Amino acid sequence: MSAYRFLVNGAPAEVEAPGMRRLLDVLREDLGLTGTKEGCGEGECGACSVLVDGQVVDSCLVPICQVEGRIVRTVEGLSLAARERGSLDTLQEAFLDHGAAQCGICTPGMLMAARAYLDAGGAADDGAIREAIAGNLCRCTGYTKIVDAIAAVAKPLD
Amino acid sequence: MPAEPPIDTPKHLFEAYELLASGPTRPIAGGTDVMVAITGELGPIPERMLDLSRIEELRGISLEADGLVLGARTTYTEIRRSALCREHLPALVEAAGTIGAAQIQNRGTLGGNIANASPAGDTLPILLAADARILVGGQRGEREIKALDYFVAYRKTALEPDELILHVRFPLPGGRQLRFRKVGTRRAQAISKVVVALGWQDGPRGWSDVRVALGSVAATPIRAAGTEAVLEGARPTPEVADRAAETLAGELQPIDDVRSTADYRRAVSARVLHRLLRDAGGW
Repeated sequence: MSAYRFLVNGAPAEVEAPGMRRLLDVLREDLGLTGTKEGCGEGECGACSVLVDGQVVDSCLVPICQVEGRIVRTVEGLSLAARERGSLDTLQEAFLDHGAAQCGICTPGMLMAARAYLDAGGAADDGAIREAIAGNLCRCTGYTKIVDAIAAVAKPLD
Repeated sequence: MPAEPPIDTPKHLFEAYELLASGPTRPIAGGTDVMVAITGELGPIPERMLDLSRIEELRGISLEADGLVLGARTTYTEIRRSALCREHLPALVEAAGTIGAAQIQNRGTLGGNIANASPAGDTLPILLAADARILVGGQRGEREIKALDYFVAYRKTALEPDELILHVRFPLPGGRQLRFRKVGTRRAQAISKVVVALGWQDGPRGWSDVRVALGSVAATPIRAAGTEAVLEGARPTPEVADRAAETLAGELQPIDDVRSTADYRRAVSARVLHRLLRDAGGW
């Protein structure tokens, strides 16, 4: 067991954990951030996607020792800035407007993969959006509405 | 769920060498293979782990006199974004883009693909087709291993337990051409059914130094010597392409498994080679 310190959604976090403990388990069990879901647990489905230093990763494949000193963003952090206005992140609003969630288990991961795409300046390009969320499986197969929602808040194509 | 063996996170290579030399130790970099492999279901759980994520000596992409050198910890995303890789090794950039999706490309590393030594490792046929050299090191010193000599048997490599992969050197002889094609179930998140990499040097007397390398069709990534012989000294005409494809189908001995059948792999490998030759010939 060692102590690991990092930022989660802008706030300092410190956990006492074995270095090989999955970031996913630290988030859900040690920090109570259960917005991040576990799907396959082997990097196939993307349900556990979070951002580490701005990059989207599967948190089931990241040992906590590699998160020491890093900046983690989870779905709970998406609306932090908007919450003061009493609203959600624009991306979350777009998901609601477009009905881009059915059973919902892929949604947190979809949102984080899409957020990484948008933060990197991604445009409202269908093919590029599909590539950006190619690592996120929607078992309800509601991809069209998800792509539409992301396109709605992406910068317009020239 | 992966086991949680003790793990050390050294900052320097010499510390990593000490740890490796002191007993059985499983290195982990991006974790995209290792985190899935250490659940205990696929073999014994490692007694202890070695985290490579803070060792800066294993990073970086540089153009040197004798080739393009990629540190073992270079991620697929870094390969895709690298101006040097795009200019000098576009086939590797293409291969990196077929691996998993953003989540895997952000974490998975070239060194990890080599160390894991899966017969389906997507970058490995490119290493063979490019005559890449793998530099490994440990307390006993460094040595360079030809990619062809590295993959010994199914998931068995020339890397000793006390050694780490340090970097990969891709020679860049002038006029060298390299092509890549992966066939999987879907474009993203697919483990390959067939991977083909084709390398050659164009000259006044036809092609030379031809390399036909394949993944997912044998216990290791392989080169198809008979097919290379057909193409050596030839040009990519329709007749040559037919003969090369036929030779390839004859010399491959793939297996049936969960991802595909031997027949499919044989037919698709030949078809993909034919297509690459057609593209090269411009007909």
